[in-house]
Amino acid sequence: MRLARNLAFGLVAALGAGVAQAAEIVPGDVVFRDGAVETPLTDQPGDPARGREVFSQRSQGNCIACHAVSSLSDVPWHGEIGPPLDGVAERWSEAELRGIVANAKIMFPDSMMPSFYKVTGFIRPGDGFTAKPAKEIKPLLTAQQIEDVVAFLKTLK
Amino acid sequence: MRTLIAACASAALCLGAGTGAAEGQKLVIEGQEMVTRAPAPDWHPLTEVISGWEFRDPATQALQMDDFENPAMIFVDQAREMWSTPDGAAGKSCESCHGAVEDSMKGVRAVMPKFNEEAGTLWSLEDYINNCRTARMQAEPWKWSGSEMTAMTALITLQSRGMPVAVRIDGPYQSWWEKGREIYYTRYGQLELACANCHEDHYGQMIRADRLSQGQINGFPTYRLKNAKLNSIHNRFYGCIRDTRGVPFAEGSDEFKALELYVASRGLGLSIEGPAVRN
Ligand code: HEC
Ligand code: HEC
Repeated sequence: MRLARNLAFGLVAALGAGVAQAAEIVPGDVVFRDGAVETPLTDQPGDPARGREVFSQRSQGNCIACHAVSSLSDVPWHGEIGPPLDGVAERWSEAELRGIVANAKIMFPDSMMPSFYKVTGFIRPGDGFTAKPAKEIKPLLTAQQIEDVVAFLKTLK
Repeated sequence: MRTLIAACASAALCLGAGTGAAEGQKLVIEGQEMVTRAPAPDWHPLTEVISGWEFRDPATQALQMDDFENPAMIFVDQAREMWSTPDGAAGKSCESCHGAVEDSMKGVRAVMPKFNEEAGTLWSLEDYINNCRTARMQAEPWKWSGSEMTAMTALITLQSRGMPVAVRIDGPYQSWWEKGREIYYTRYGQLELACANCHEDHYGQMIRADRLSQGQINGFPTYRLKNAKLNSIHNRFYGCIRDTRGVPFAEGSDEFKALELYVASRGLGLSIEGPAVRN
């Protein structure tokens, strides 16, 4: 009975996936090993130009609020909370960078850095910056945005 | 101020932590010197407590050093009028019971929030004001962060200017203080940030365009250039939790009164500066 239901569920899921543009790993299924994530979250390679936007824009990752990057000198106001990210691609592998962006608290316990690909475990989560309770919690960044920002970080040599 | 911001932006990395203030600069208002740095009490996680004034840019700092320049004083003048104007069914004004604000309200701000024996609970200055309005004047209560209330808290705060923050944390205060401390260290919202992440671990540093202070409340209510009005303590707490992508507690809630007590105690020894000017 249980098997049958699982099979049926799998079939529906497979059909669904066929319709979607790209396969992606949902937040709960991401596998971390020593804080790193080996498998890309989507089958679309990351785009560094879009990743630059994710990094810089307040409405997206807003990474620059905490991290300075020399190659973004055209973007005003670089924060000082986290380490400057010049040369970060030489310090960390792609899998490590993906793990840090998806959930930095696995690599750095108690880090102040937000977990960008996580949907559970929050205290009084709001619906964006509206101060109203969140109805449905979406990750701070989509799987593709994570891949894009990782591609951007890889340019920081 | 413009040139300062422009210079920072073009240098891209606006580094150089610290307070942002010119070293050794003193806050003197109308000839009275304020304590903007004080040694922290033993239990305090920091060794030194620092007023938010020290973290502002020189132009904003200057506005607070001269009452003719301080935009908050317009609201203080409005409150002076309200102080002596009867309101409500009892036909009384604040002055009818309290007399001159300069005498009766001296030192009041410095010990807020204060335990109210009769009510058996912790009250903020706003609670005391609204209790007078409803019980003694038979007037409508004011909104916690409305323009009348923030103006009146500014007038009352001014009567403690230069006095050290002196809230109590013992006896009936202790459980409130502990609750406030718990809130201070809780990581709220989808960004999972606690007050301590920003105001204890990273004060002096830039978070995008803002220089973080210790988040002290000795300058409240503050006039903010950003919204051109007076801002209450609880409204500031509300904004900081909202910015974590969180759901803040309500202004006037027990949670925010507990937090107010705890945050006030983190600034023990600093001078009451309100109404201060912030960006
Ligand atoms: C609220 C602050 C904050 C934000 C926002 C933030 N980070 Fe971080 N980040 C940190 C801190 C703090 C660290 C240092 C790790 C620790 O906590 O010990 C860090 C570390 C890192 C590291 C490792 C750097 C090194 O040299 O070891 C990378 C890579 C990184 N962050 C990327 C990002 C990206 C990409 C984003 C946005 C999608 C982002 N961060 C947003 C605070 C932040
Ligand atoms: C994401 C970072 C962040 C968090 C978390 C945060 N704040 Fe703030 N807070 C700020 C910024 C930025 C300012 C404006 C600059 C300054 O004064 O520090 C500010 C200002 C303040 C001020 C005004 C200080 C003054 O002198 O005018 C108070 C008080 C304050 N915060 C208290 C709190 C409390 C209490 C909490 C937790 C409930 C909290 N903050 C959480 C970023 C934060």
